[in-house]
Order: sequence, then structure tokens, then C-alpha cells
Amino acid sequence: MLGAGLLAVTSRKIFRSAIWLLFALIGVAGLYFWMDMQFIAAVQIVIYVGGIVVLIIFSIFLTQQSGKEMPKPPMMRVIAGALAAVFGFALAYLLIYQYGFSSANQPFNYDVSAIGARMLSTGNDGFSLPFEVVSILLLAAMIGCIVIAMGAKPEIRKETKIEIEEQETIEA
Amino acid sequence: MSSVPLSQILFVSTALFFIGVFGFLTRRNMITMLMSLELILNSVNINFVAFNKYLYPEKLDGVFFAIFIITIAAAEAAVAIAIIINLYRSHKSIDVEDATEMKY
Repeated sequence: MLGAGLLAVTSRKIFRSAIWLLFALIGVAGLYFWMDMQFIAAVQIVIYVGGIVVLIIFSIFLTQQSGKEMPKPPMMRVIAGALAAVFGFALAYLLIYQYGFSSANQPFNYDVSAIGARMLSTGNDGFSLPFEVVSILLLAAMIGCIVIAMGAKPEIRKETKIEIEEQETIEA
Repeated sequence: MSSVPLSQILFVSTALFFIGVFGFLTRRNMITMLMSLELILNSVNINFVAFNKYLYPEKLDGVFFAIFIITIAAAEAAVAIAIIINLYRSHKSIDVEDATEMKY
């Protein structure tokens, strides 16, 4: 998974980069399965692998030749980016290692119906308000996409709209 | 599955986060920058779910945060790709160095 992610950010052909991103996202879904979170893993596969990667691949096809190699980034920027990433990683992992999380040894009872009930409950710890806000956000994003992409080529507009509608139905 | 220590999962998510940061800093193509952003958001999701499972097993808040982050990431990717397509139509390029009209 980490190797796929690393290849996704370093591969010079943009289409291969998208395919490596696909494998990295599937690896993340596998990690969720490994943690016994089947629902999150399913959501991850459906939305990321089925929605976002397809959207990215479509936009690659629409905007450039997929076989063309991207220009190599300047060496200075690669070195600076790698140094920033490595030092940030070292610092963050040192903090994690020093903190030493004590895990609560209770069984994690986790149920999809519990998620659904909490998602729509208006009680003290329900998530009804964020749910509605997110639905309004999705509507605004859909309308915004149509307005932004509306232009000379109507087929592009249609495609973007269909993708968003797919995601909206997935979420609903 | 409590045999997996939390720190290993945190190691994976931290590494994924900084791989995304590295890609975001080095790439200059907008679509690949968007892909790096997706990696970063995914690592944050792993963290939320892992903390929920290991530290607070009686609650479900981390799962909800993960679900909402996935939703917002989907909306954000769709809007970003609409902007990218529009920019490509007007500039014939999706490199961030070529879109500097509104910089000053």
C-alpha cells in the first residue's frame, strides 16, 4: 500500500500514477477490513475506487494525452520536498512512539444499524445536523460543478454531472 | 483483532500522510496534486477509525467523522475536476505555473 502510494506520487506517466493511486486506495480499504470495520471499507471502495478514481481518469482523458510523460520536477524541489516529508514523518512518529498509547481492552461492538440510527437521531449525540449540512453541501457542489463546467462542450458537463449524481446516490 | 498495536497503524497512516505531502510539494500538475490530496485525506481517515477502535471502543464518533470526510472529499474532488476542466479549456494546460493571472 505504501509502495503503491509512493509510486502514485512519483510516477511520471499520469495515467500510471492514477492506477497506482487506485491500488493505494484499495490497500487502505484492506486496512479497514483488517481492523474489522467492514462498513467503512465498503464505503471506501465504493466512493473512492468506484467514484473518485474514475472521475480522475476521465479528467485525465479529457485534459491531456495519457501516454505523454510529464516533465521531471526540478531537483531542488524534489530534495526540499523529500526533506520536508522525511523530517515531518520523523517528528510525528517520534511523538507517537514517545506517547505510548494505552489501548482500552474492550471489545469494539460496532453495528451498521447503530451507525444508521445515530446518523439520523436528533438526540443529544445524534448526527442529524451534520447529515443535513452534508446533503446541502453535496447539492451545492453538484450545482457548482454544473455552473463551472458549463461552456462550449456540453458533453463534458453531462459527464461531471452524472459522476456527482452517482456519488450523491451512494451517499444517500 | 486487538493483537495489532495501535502504533503500527499510526505508522502506516503517518507514512501515507507524508507521501501525500511529498507529492503535493513536488508535483506541478493539478490532477496529480489532487491525487496527493486524496492520499492525505485517506491517512486522516485511517487515524480517525483507528483511534475510535482502539481508544474509545464504546463510541462511534470517529466512524462518523470518517464517513463525513469521505463525503466531503468526494464533493471536493468533483468541484476541483470541474475547475480543472474549465481551466484546461481556457489555458490548454493544467500546470499551476501557467495559471497566474489572478496572482497579483
